Formats: sequence, structure tokens, C-alpha cells
Amino acid sequence: MNVGLEHYLVVSVLLFCLGLVGVIVRRNLLVIYMSLELMLNAANLALVAFSRYTDSLDGQVFVFFIITVAAAEVSVGLALIVALYRKRQNAHVEDLTTLKL
Amino acid sequence: MQDAFFYIFAFLTLVFGFLVIANPFSRNPVTSAMFLVLTIVSLAGLFVLLHAFFLAAVQILVYAGAVMVLFLFVIMMLDLKEEERRKIRKLGVVGGLISAGAILAIFLSSLLKREALLGAVQSPAVEGGTVPLAKLLFTQYLLPFEIVSVLLLVAIVGVVLLSKKDLK
Repeated sequence: MNVGLEHYLVVSVLLFCLGLVGVIVRRNLLVIYMSLELMLNAANLALVAFSRYTDSLDGQVFVFFIITVAAAEVSVGLALIVALYRKRQNAHVEDLTTLKL
Repeated sequence: MQDAFFYIFAFLTLVFGFLVIANPFSRNPVTSAMFLVLTIVSLAGLFVLLHAFFLAAVQILVYAGAVMVLFLFVIMMLDLKEEERRKIRKLGVVGGLISAGAILAIFLSSLLKREALLGAVQSPAVEGGTVPLAKLLFTQYLLPFEIVSVLLLVAIVGVVLLSKKDLK
């Protein structure tokens, strides 16, 4: 069976689900952040596959922008985590309950 | 030949992705980060198979290079210890599996109705080399390109502000 658009989409959606499970199940803030990166990469893969199989480069330009924005997002998010860790000395989501009623 | 490479890279991507979120041998965030690097590299392999050569290079340079080094720096700086085993929340695991299963179900049901995909080109000819991508980026997408540079500047200023010692 020839590899087509569907194959790439299946890989992409499986990777996305892995990331989603990671975000919900894991409790270390940094690992949650890595799972978010997994989800972003899954979306990138789907976009590149669509771009290839619809014969237009627009999807790849979009992925280029996503990678740039993800880099900015990671730097700001990690700075937030560092600032949080300085105040609380911990990176566990279960111990951060200031907003809990 | 290409198909074999697709299956190899897809398998590697999924296995490494699984090891990022649930490593049975170690709960150290550093191992997760290392497996994330491997996931990203095998995704770059998939990009090459999709003829997105420029993006494959950018993926390795920016993600596996810059972003993951940033992650490892922060892990090192925070000096995180091996995560002690806590009780696994049943609710969290069940909720995560249900939501992931729901997304999978939606995707599969739309994949089985193939109408949307019938427009796909059977023998694609698009090439994602540097030249065609740059032509598009500097003509049609020039304004978003400039806006992204402003966004990076904003991120730099924000990070500097956030990492000051006496955060108000």
C-alpha cells in the first residue's frame, strides 16, 4: 500500500493524542511543557503533509511561522517557570494551589 | 523504499513521543527532554520524506538545537531532583485517556468518510526547498514575516523582565 496523506495524518493525530495525555497525566511543569511541544509538532506534521498533497507551499510557510512563535512561546514560558520556582521552590502543579477555593 | 522509510520514521516518532510522556525506567525530566530531541529529529526525517527540506533543517536547528538547549538549561538551573513517585491520580489518567480517545474517534470517523481527501494530489510535485519558500515568504507573506520579528523582540523583552531578581 502506497503511503499517502492518510498515513501522515494518522501519525500526526497519534502524536497529538500522546501529547494531550502527557499534558493531563503528568504533573511536572517542565514535562507538561514538553508535551505541549509534542502537540505543536503533531500539528506541524499535519500541515506539512497537507501542503505536500494539495500542491501548494502555503502550509509550509505556516509551519515556519508556527516554529518561530513556538520558540518565542518556549522562552517566555520557561522564564515564567523559573520565576515561579524562585518564589515557590517547586515545579509540581499539585502544589500550586493559590487559585483553589 | 520511501514507504519503508516512512514506516521507520513514523514508528520512531511515536515510540520516542511515548517515552517523553511516560518513561517506565526513569522519571527524570532530563530523559524526557532527551527523548523529545529524538522525537523532533525523527519528525524532521518525516519532513524530508514530504520534500519539506528547508523545514526539516529549521526543525533540527531551531527545535532540537535552540529550544531543547533552553529546556535543558532550565532543568539544570532549577536543579530538579528525580521526581518521587506520587500516587497516580485515577481521575487524571481516565480523563486523559477519554479525551485522547475522543479526538481519535473524531479523526477516524472523518477519515472513513473520504470525500474531503479526494481532492488530494496523487503524484505531488511541490518542493519545499529554500528558494521557493523564500520567494513566498518575502512576497506574499512579507507582512506576517515582519510581524513575527516584532513578536520575537517582544518575547526577548518579556523574558528579560521576567527573569529579573526582584519581580514585582
